Amino acid sequence: MTDATAHDPGTAHALATGSMITARDLRKSFGTFEAVKGIDVDVRRGEVFGFLGPNGAGKSSTMRMIAAVSPVTSGELRILGMDPATDGPSIRARLGVCPQEDTLDNELNVVDNLFIYGRYFGIDRATCRERAAELLEFANLTDKAKAKVEDLSGGMKRRLTIARSLINRPELLLLDEPTTGLDPQARHVLWDQLFRLKQAGVTLVVTTHYMDEAEQLCDRLVVMDKGLIAAEGSPRELIAAHSTREVAELRFGVGEHEAIADKVADLGERVEVLPDRLLVYTDDGEHVLAQVHERGLTPVATLVRRSSLEDVFLRLTGRSLVD
Amino acid sequence: MATTDTGAHTAYGEGPAYGDSPAYGRLSIAQGMVRQADYWWTAYKRTWRGGVISSFVAPLFYVLAMGVLLGGFIDVDPARLEGATSYLAFIVPGLVATHAMTLAIGETTYPVMGGIKWHKTYYAQLATPLTARDIVNAHLMFVLARVASACAVFLLVLAPFGVFATWWGPVAAFFVVVLVGMAFATVVFGISTRLRDEAAFGLVFRLGVVPMSLFSGAFFPVANLGDVLSKVAQAVPLWHGVNLTRMLCLDTLDGPVALLNVTVLVAITVAGWLWAIQGLERRLSD
Repeated sequence: MTDATAHDPGTAHALATGSMITARDLRKSFGTFEAVKGIDVDVRRGEVFGFLGPNGAGKSSTMRMIAAVSPVTSGELRILGMDPATDGPSIRARLGVCPQEDTLDNELNVVDNLFIYGRYFGIDRATCRERAAELLEFANLTDKAKAKVEDLSGGMKRRLTIARSLINRPELLLLDEPTTGLDPQARHVLWDQLFRLKQAGVTLVVTTHYMDEAEQLCDRLVVMDKGLIAAEGSPRELIAAHSTREVAELRFGVGEHEAIADKVADLGERVEVLPDRLLVYTDDGEHVLAQVHERGLTPVATLVRRSSLEDVFLRLTGRSLVD
Repeated sequence: MATTDTGAHTAYGEGPAYGDSPAYGRLSIAQGMVRQADYWWTAYKRTWRGGVISSFVAPLFYVLAMGVLLGGFIDVDPARLEGATSYLAFIVPGLVATHAMTLAIGETTYPVMGGIKWHKTYYAQLATPLTARDIVNAHLMFVLARVASACAVFLLVLAPFGVFATWWGPVAAFFVVVLVGMAFATVVFGISTRLRDEAAFGLVFRLGVVPMSLFSGAFFPVANLGDVLSKVAQAVPLWHGVNLTRMLCLDTLDGPVALLNVTVLVAITVAGWLWAIQGLERRLSD
């Protein structure tokens, strides 16, 4: 194996600044449609960085630029200190990519998917076989080694895709909507694997439109909306900056929410009207509920909960994450 | 080692590995192909049974039906058959060249669209150090191997039937038909990268492959088409392949014409190759 990095000024730069990805005024257009409208991003070594936003926010377009497969329209992008326009293959040699849509080869068996993918990286056959076995172990797929990919469940396919993206032992792993379409149990298995990778020192970049996933996984994230970054920080910082400690959810009869909103507006810092409920933002949810009842209002159902990234998103964009 | 040592990765063993990827820039053409050899070999092992029929058996049916059985009714002055002593000898070079074209087009229509649209194999490959150029090259190399093996068998099987004037003629013709295959493979690859769905392949076959097969001099001398239409036929790429193959098989080589034939085929191959790479680059970066 040649050490491709020993004489590599890009990596030296990235190490010096601790920056795996740097983007400045990054833009992506498709014809007249601007998917990414000028974003600044810095991803540091070893962290889990998230892009949170609804479908169409520009997350996947950003990810494809970072994966060095989609040319930057304008702005500056450096990945591992290198420019994807000129050093795409060298960047991709050190990345792992888990795309939103599985690109596994359905006609190959599970272990061949890993082996052949490893060969694309120029890894010798013996090493490919060795790693394929290790990764099957990691992905809990050892007993499925000879199975056809099309016979695997959704969760297994996703684990295989992640295993495949690790065949070159990447420094930076990109995961686009890693748990979309998976059932809750499969999501937890996958999150556990991502935690293990993080502990091993791999930098992870994740896109998701699930706020619980972002809260669980991300050290730091940006909230994206309509091609722009609406806010940046750790989940806790974002909640502290853009929401209250608690939220009182009040459900009234159909069509009553708009009218009742005025009657409770003074009980919290602010009130959001959703089609099926009112959200009162406050630091003491139980106190709000008590006052609601004192005023003779009788919600059909109530709930007091902690603020989440969903509330941050609602505050920043006026819309909920999942349409 | 300059990078963070990922040796502690419980998940995946020791140290990062980038294979033999360059620190900067892209892979050499040879590296790109070598890295995909295992993929194509595996793909071939998976599909070779179906390929045997279309590659080796079907063309021999044509030789039997058209050359031997239909040809039995044709008794004509060799001067009117471009120097062939029998209709079988006339038709064999045309059939080999046409077969090369058909195989090449078959391997660069649905399989290319599959790589882009259905199986997304190309997207998976592009997420690695491979580039669109490497992906095109390896796919074309596979097509070349298929065309070469099919045509070699075709020519070898027919050798004992006295349809070749010299021993070296069919050897040279072998390289010509491989070139014919590549000329069509590159151009059709380029077309496939630019199509949104497979419906247009029907047009490629009905308006491209079938008329070209029928009217490019494979089954009858283009002179029979009359002054104007024969000129049209001679402008079709397949005619250049058929004509050159036939001149080599029948030992009727005309130097300047042969040079023109080779030039046209090489030019199409090179232009088609660049066009295919450009098409795939654009398509995959959408």
